[in-house]
Parts: sequence; C-alpha cells; structure tokens
Amino acid sequence: MAISSVATYAHLRDDDVEALRREFDAIRLDIEKSRGADDAAYIGRIISIQRRLMVAARLTLIASGFPPAWLAGTAVLAAGKILENMEIGHNVMHGQWDWMNDPEIHSGTWEWDTTCPADQWKHSHNFVHHTFTNVLGKDNDVGYGILRVTSDQRWHPINLGQPVYNALLALLFEWGVALHDLDIVAVRKREKDPNELKRQLKGIWRKVRRQVGKDYIIFPVLSGPNFLTTLSANVTANLVRNLWAYMIIFCGHFPDGAEKFNEEELEDESKSEWYLRQLLGSANFQGSRFLHVMSGSLGYQIEHHLFPDLPSNRYPEIAERVRALCEKYDLPYTTGPLYRQYGQVLRTIFRLSFPTKSNSPGPDSPRPGRATPEELGCHAGPLAPQAAVA
Amino acid sequence: MNVPTTPPRHRNGPARSGGDASVPGGGAASAARFVRGILARVTTPLQPDDYLHMLNPLWSARELRGKIIEVVPETRDAATLVIKPGWGWTFSYQAGQYIGIGVHIDGKWHWRSYSISSSPTDGSSRRRGRLTITVKAMPEGFLSAHLVGGLEPGTVVRLALPQGEFVLPDPPPPKVLFWTGGSGITPVMSMLRTLDRRGTMPDVVHIHSTPTMETALFREERLAMAARHVGLQVVENFDDRHGVLDVDRVAQVCPDWNYREAWVCGPAPMLTAAEQRWEQVKLTKRLHLERFSAMLTRSAEGGRITFDASGKTAEVDGATTLLEAGEAAGIQMPFGCRMGICHTCVVPLKKGMVKDLRNGVEYHENAGVQTCITAPAGDCVLEV
Repeated sequence: MAISSVATYAHLRDDDVEALRREFDAIRLDIEKSRGADDAAYIGRIISIQRRLMVAARLTLIASGFPPAWLAGTAVLAAGKILENMEIGHNVMHGQWDWMNDPEIHSGTWEWDTTCPADQWKHSHNFVHHTFTNVLGKDNDVGYGILRVTSDQRWHPINLGQPVYNALLALLFEWGVALHDLDIVAVRKREKDPNELKRQLKGIWRKVRRQVGKDYIIFPVLSGPNFLTTLSANVTANLVRNLWAYMIIFCGHFPDGAEKFNEEELEDESKSEWYLRQLLGSANFQGSRFLHVMSGSLGYQIEHHLFPDLPSNRYPEIAERVRALCEKYDLPYTTGPLYRQYGQVLRTIFRLSFPTKSNSPGPDSPRPGRATPEELGCHAGPLAPQAAVA
Repeated sequence: MNVPTTPPRHRNGPARSGGDASVPGGGAASAARFVRGILARVTTPLQPDDYLHMLNPLWSARELRGKIIEVVPETRDAATLVIKPGWGWTFSYQAGQYIGIGVHIDGKWHWRSYSISSSPTDGSSRRRGRLTITVKAMPEGFLSAHLVGGLEPGTVVRLALPQGEFVLPDPPPPKVLFWTGGSGITPVMSMLRTLDRRGTMPDVVHIHSTPTMETALFREERLAMAARHVGLQVVENFDDRHGVLDVDRVAQVCPDWNYREAWVCGPAPMLTAAEQRWEQVKLTKRLHLERFSAMLTRSAEGGRITFDASGKTAEVDGATTLLEAGEAAGIQMPFGCRMGICHTCVVPLKKGMVKDLRNGVEYHENAGVQTCITAPAGDCVLEV
C-alpha cells in the first residue's frame, strides 16, 4: 500500500525529522563549498574520453565490412553513447556542473545523443519525476504509463501483456524516453493542450531527424561499400545503449523496498519530508567504480534523489554520510548487487501482470516490525536500532 | 580599466541547432557557416567546434577563446595581457570598446570586462592577430590580481566580443579633451594609438592623473607620441607632487575645455564631478563617460530587477526571489520545482549580482542563475 505520511511511516518524531533535514542540508552545503578544480577536471576528463571514443568508433566503423572492426567499432560506439547519455548528459542536464559557469557544460545548453530533446527531458525528469518522486498519479515514471509496477496501481486485463511491453520498452527505450514528456496518459484522457502537444511533437521530430540522419544515413554513407554493416553496427550500438539504460533506470525505483506514495503525502509536505520521500522511494545498487561511471552514477540513486544537482563524482562520499544517517535514525537504505536489484524488478513486473491483493500495511502505518515512538515511550535521541526492533 | 557593462552572453544557442555559431564577415563567413552546418549534421548533437578545440584550444567559435601570449608588466601592480584570439573573433572593434574575459580558476569560469588597450588598426606583423588589455590589480579584487600576477603565457581564456559606446568617431572631432585617472587610461590609450597609427591626430589635450609617477601607465609611449604630434598635448598630474587634480584644475589646465569633445574615464568621484560640471554649462552631449564596475557591483539586499526581453522592471526586497518578482511583474518565467533542485528555471544573469537564499552564495554577471532560490543583491538585469 502506498504511503500517505512519510514521517509516520519512518516512525520518526517531528524533531527527528527536522534534525534529519539539517543533516541533509549540511551535506549539501559541504559539497557545494568544496566543489573545485578536481571536480571540474573529472567531468572534463569524462567528456574528453567520451569524444575520443566516438571518434575512434566512427573511424573504425568505416571498415565495418571486416568483422573484427564491426565488433570493436560497435562496442566502442555503444560505450561512448552510454557514457554520453548517462554520466554526462543526464548529469549535466541536472545542473550538476552549472557551478563551473561554463556555457559548454551547462544544463541550459546541453543537448544529448538520443532522440529525446533536452528541454522536454528536463521537464519530465528534472521537474516532474524529481519533485513528485514515486507519488502515484503525479510521477509519470511510476510504470511510465504502460507498466503496473506497484500493487497500488489497479489491475486491468491489459496488464497480462506486461512481460511483452517490458521487453519492447527495453529494446525501444530511447523512443519511449522521447515520447515520455508528451504524457500519454493525459493525451489519452484528452487533457493535453493541443498546441503544447504540437510544439512538443515538432521538437521531437527535429531531434529525431538529426539523430536518425547521423546514425542511419550519414555515417553509413561515409563508409561507402560498408554502408549496410555500418548501419547494422549503429543500430546495434543504439540497441545496446537502450538495454543498458533501461536496466539501470528500472533499478532506481522498482526494486523491493523502494516505496510509493499517495498524493496526500504532498499536502503541506515539508523539506524534511521531501528528503525522506526521496530516501524511501529510491534504490541503489552496488558495484565497481567503473560500473558506477558507466551507469551515470545511478547506482547512487538515493544520493542522486536527495541531491540531484550535486556533481556525480561526489556521490560515493555523500553515500557514506547518508548511510551513516540511515543507521543513526534507523531508516531503510535499499541496495544490493545489480543482478539482484534487476531480478526483483523483473519479478515485480511479471507478478503484477496478474491481479494481486495488497498485503502491505495501511497507508498511515509505520513500517512493519517497527515500534512507533509512542509505543517506545518518550526518548530524546534517535531510535537505537535494537530498541526499534520491538 | 574595468568597465561596468556585461559582455554579450556567449553565443550558446542549443547545440542541436548546429551551425548557428556566428562568424562575422561577408561571403567567406556565409561559406564557413554552410560548411559548419554540414559538419554539424555529422557531429550532432555536438558542434564540430566541440571536437576541434580538443586538437587546438583556439579552434572553436562556439565559445570565443583566446590564448595568453605574453604578460608584460607595466607598473608594480599593472600588466598588459597580449591575447591571441581564436576562431570567431573580429578585429573590427572600435578604439575605446571593452571585451569580456573569462578565466578558469579553481574549476570555475570568472568573467570581468576590460577596455582594450591595443588599437584596431595595429597592422605590424608582430601585433597582427593580437589584442591587449591592461589590468591593474585592485586591492581585494582577486580576479584582477590573478590576471596581473597569476597568468602564465599559454593559458587559454574565454572572450566576449567587443562592445561599448565609449568610442572615438572616425574621422575624430577637430578638438578633443581626454581626461583620465589611474587605469582609466586604457580605453583612451587605444584611441591615442589609433589616432597615431592612422595619422589623424587632431588638436588633443590629454590630462592624466595618477597617485605617483611610478604608477602612471604607458608614460614613455605617451610622451614619445606627444613629441611626434604637434597637435597632442600631454598633461600629467602626480597626486603626491601636484595634489589631487579636480575639475577646476582641469579647467585651468585646459581653458578651452568647453569647446572640446571630451572623453573622461576614471574613478567614480571624478566622473561625477565631470558630469556635474558639463551639466552646469549644458554640454553633456559633448561628454563621454566610462565607469569602473567596482563601484556598481557591491552586494546589497534587494534591488531593481530589469527583465531584458520586455524591459519591465521590478523593485523587490532581499527575500523575494527573482522568480516571484518576475511572475508578479507578468513575465513568462521558466519554472519547475520551486525548491532549487531541478534547474528548470535557470536564466542568464546579464548584469549585477544575485544571492542564493539557501546559503548566501553570490552569483555575478554572465552566470546562469536558478531564479526560484535567488534574490537580487543590488540592481540586476536578467536575460528573460
């Protein structure tokens, strides 16, 4: 059952909730104050590596008729696109690097290597998803309007096809993202302003033309006799990027433990409750530094949702502090290896294609197995972990 | 000298629009634009420049770049920066104009405006393709100190195209008065050099005052110029020897001041005095002023916000955000989360200073600012 009051759910008293906000604010301030040359060098290095990868891939693919060249070129191209979309594009558009005051690496000017126009992405993702994270009916990322990812969403016979929709979305992820800001649900309900719809479609069409032109016409043509093999290489690289991005993104809010919320939660929600909602609604995954960079640092989804515009290279150190706070206040911190997190996502999607009866606690109850502050009597500090397990 | 107005916002149109980097000039430029447009189809969503500047930092017209060729010390606390501009630069500037220069310090680009001290007519081979600005290190001015003492030759800087109304017409008026104080001499030096190179030196009186003889910029060059041109009279005032030069002394030194077209550049009190004197005799049309920015960018609480696109203004206190002020004034402001996390509301700050209400961080001209969590710190201009 979706949560209507995060504070109650997290069994925190008002002053604890407020103390937690101060702790989170302090993390933000510390990072903001210490942003500097090393951070700028990091994003500069990633961008430079990414552009070299692209040049290397495109040059290699001129010889794509030679199978090893096809394989190497495709792999490097896919890696370059993944890096561009995730660690660079997604994070730059979040404003993580705006502090450098460099118009070439700025949320206001960045355009990324995918069919979704940057301005529409920033609306649907930065604003809608990151502000109303996991609130049913407000956050269109809860199932993207086509999947039932929580038992709080009503079952419909059409959900029986979920495993198929899921596979299609994974393969065509780039296109799903491109259409996402149109808000298909609103279009279906005829709630969408037709002028706005037209403006958005025009923007998508412009972007699609350039993207398709480059990957499926210009570069294949430049390969001359290897037209077809370069075309297949580019299709494959985009496909690999789609599958990877889909998997990483689905691990952000759909694994077990990432909670959903009712619109009631948004009423008079304080900054501290907003922080709590981000914390409870997101899931991390564990892995090497390389894995984290290749997934746009979204393995630190919790930290990313608490501080979406702090530089991604700082998430590991932020994570240590967030984890310590979760222990101090006895809050859940959802994480696990990537395969397990994605396994849970798949299980949920398959299971929820059938009707389910909700067996989670009621909307205003604390987490199961946890005592409320009232039950524990008056206590000054945060709950000690052993005391919390009543 | 350091001048008030902002360099033009970088030509940072979204990269997807491709070949929109403006290259000034005629037919060659439109050909270049055409080629760039084709190449941008290949490099989309980036621009060709984004790859080319990896080979040579000056090969980009997307953001104007320049390379510091030489840092020439002028006095104890002033130096001339010789800059080789990269692609997209224009040498068709007018003597007296200023440029924006962006310097990368500690991961961040810091922008200031400085008058160009070289002449647009400089044609000799050593000077071709170079421009100079002359910077005086200001106490507490960390950027000016960095420019004077901390820049190595070879450093790549960002540039903004020349602009400014403090310029000399060509041909120049027959009778001219230049009155400058301290580093306010720099735009006038560009004018003098231009008149000298063009051989069009009219009847010019140049009064320049500095605290001491040692702090006077370009002294030898000015005296040599005066020796070459009968029309040029150079008057020097060293405060320690002659006392502070006020507007009355100017009138004494140059009795026909009110018959001359005047260009005045220096500290604020000097400019105010000049403004009042010329107003008294109703000759403000003949008076051209350039102001220091240090006087104008002091932090304050609240102020007047000007919304550049519509020209509308709003007078607000230090607790009202730019977004609230804009919406109250009927401006179509971009907005999002209204809590400082989504960066949907970012708008370029053209002039002035704003403050982040969460942590007091100040943002200066040429920065993109989140309007939902910033308030004006003094008067400011937003590009929206």
